[in-house]
Amino acid sequence: MLVHSRSGRRASWLVFAVLFVPLFAVPLLVIVAASFSTHWSGAFPSGPTTEHYAAAVRGESLQALTTSLVTAVAASLLALTLGTWAALAAAALRGRGRRILDALFVLPLAVPSVVVGLAVLVAFSRPPLLLNGTRWIVILAHTVLVTAFAHQSVSAAIRRLDPMYEQAAAGLGARPSYVLLRVRLPLLLPSLSAAAGLCFALSMGELSATMMLYPPDWTPLPVLVFTATDRGSLFIGSALAVVLMAATLLVLLAVSRIRTKASYR
Amino acid sequence: MTSGIRFDGVTVRYGDTTVLDALTLTVEPGEVMALLGPSGSGKTTALRTVAGFVTPSAGRVHIGDRDVTDLPPYKRGIGMVVQQYALFPHLRVDENVAFGLKARKHPRAEIPGRVAEALEMTGMGAYARRHPRELSGGQQQRVAIARALAIRPDVLLLDEPLSALDAQLRSGMLAELARLHRELPDVSILYVTHDQVEALTLADRISVMDRARLQDCGTPQELYRRPRTAFTASFVGNANLLPVRVGPDGVDLAGTALKVPVGDAAPGAAATLCVRPHLIGLGEGPNALRGRIAEVQWRGATHRLYVDVDGHRVKADVRELRDTPPLGSEVTLHFAPEDAVLLAAGVNDG
Repeated sequence: MLVHSRSGRRASWLVFAVLFVPLFAVPLLVIVAASFSTHWSGAFPSGPTTEHYAAAVRGESLQALTTSLVTAVAASLLALTLGTWAALAAAALRGRGRRILDALFVLPLAVPSVVVGLAVLVAFSRPPLLLNGTRWIVILAHTVLVTAFAHQSVSAAIRRLDPMYEQAAAGLGARPSYVLLRVRLPLLLPSLSAAAGLCFALSMGELSATMMLYPPDWTPLPVLVFTATDRGSLFIGSALAVVLMAATLLVLLAVSRIRTKASYR
Repeated sequence: MTSGIRFDGVTVRYGDTTVLDALTLTVEPGEVMALLGPSGSGKTTALRTVAGFVTPSAGRVHIGDRDVTDLPPYKRGIGMVVQQYALFPHLRVDENVAFGLKARKHPRAEIPGRVAEALEMTGMGAYARRHPRELSGGQQQRVAIARALAIRPDVLLLDEPLSALDAQLRSGMLAELARLHRELPDVSILYVTHDQVEALTLADRISVMDRARLQDCGTPQELYRRPRTAFTASFVGNANLLPVRVGPDGVDLAGTALKVPVGDAAPGAAATLCVRPHLIGLGEGPNALRGRIAEVQWRGATHRLYVDVDGHRVKADVRELRDTPPLGSEVTLHFAPEDAVLLAAGVNDG
């Protein structure tokens, strides 16, 4: 324990509460409260109801949730594959090659996501690669946006991986491909699943690039939340937002269970 | 089939630093060769050139009659055990041991038998279904040895395999390794260590390394009884090294005449006299050295005395004393002429 005295501990809890409650807890609680209300004229929302939820898990909204989930899973898996591949390749390079590759993959982090959306839109609006108006352009944009995170966390994990395991495997007669499949990737599994969770969460909440790209038959949930609140349906928007949060959280919990099983020490 | 290892002028350089300087050495088939030296002496680098993890800047490495210098590690057919065990944490003990066989596409049906045999040989048969994290350090090292033996290598590379173990386990494992070598007389073993006891116990021959170079090579007895260099004498057995001048039938240590075999050393030449601490006795005798006690260490069965003799500190290990002589008191030490070795110059007051 870092703080030993009782008063010191109380003070640090107080600081934590003062910072955490207004910054993180209150806004989320307000959303949850609003999602169960029909009016909000006083200090607190009123007119308790669950009808927004009934609407939020039906028809268009349910469609949007599925769209978001499919997009996020597809984008995370693609990003994880590409990011891991690039991180492994960069680790095998030295000096300048490695720096250039790492920089290329960090680029989407430095560029605002609206710009990434615009870039993808401009690039794929003409034949031969005409993706505009299809779901693929949304998945592609999300992949581009989250690959940077996958690459970052996987390459950090690769740097931490002790080379002695690889060498022990090679000494026992394992070719590099066998070492990769049987030693390196299994040892990286905890980091890979953490990266997958991160990518998934980011993709589930992505709005700015999606807004520029989504076709009418592929509307992710954040877009629906935005349009609902934009036209004044605050309470429906809140219910959709809570559904989005809950779905994301559930998947993250499932992923972290995989991670616990996959960590060896 | 048996095969040894041959280093042929193997040099390893990193930039301007030479970490291994033209090592030429042959490990005979079935021989245990210890590479003994302090850290940074190049001994581990030498081993890693055999494993294929370090590419020599010059020279060739042969395993048997194959030149393996340009082969990747997985084509060399070696077994290797390192200080930190390097067991795969995600695999069970039996899967760890089977790893090499599976990687080499060994016939599937034979693998369980070979795994059981290797685990039995190292006394780890009962732990096959455990994970490495559930084992103690000594047990992990046994599994690592079993894993290396399962592929039946011609050449076994051991890189400080006992350094991570505590003293008691170490002596137990030392006996185990000696037994394993008796059971597998055809396997050539290259054993890297900084511990002279391990080298003296296990090795058929010892190569002493220092500052990237091979200093001396011989059987443990040769190196211990008749060291050829001052470094060997002090590193193996921690000998006293005294600067002397050669006389007609003995040597002269700062005015004290000592009778020792001078061999063909030229009278008048500077030389280094090497005497093991445990061969020096307390009291009058031939080759008496008078001095004052500078320090006394009690080591259980023996007392280590540090005695200043004419400005040179002499170490003597004597049987446990009833009464410890007080510091500064005058004592006389002696040693038998045949217990001393005269080395050519290179005065090194240790």
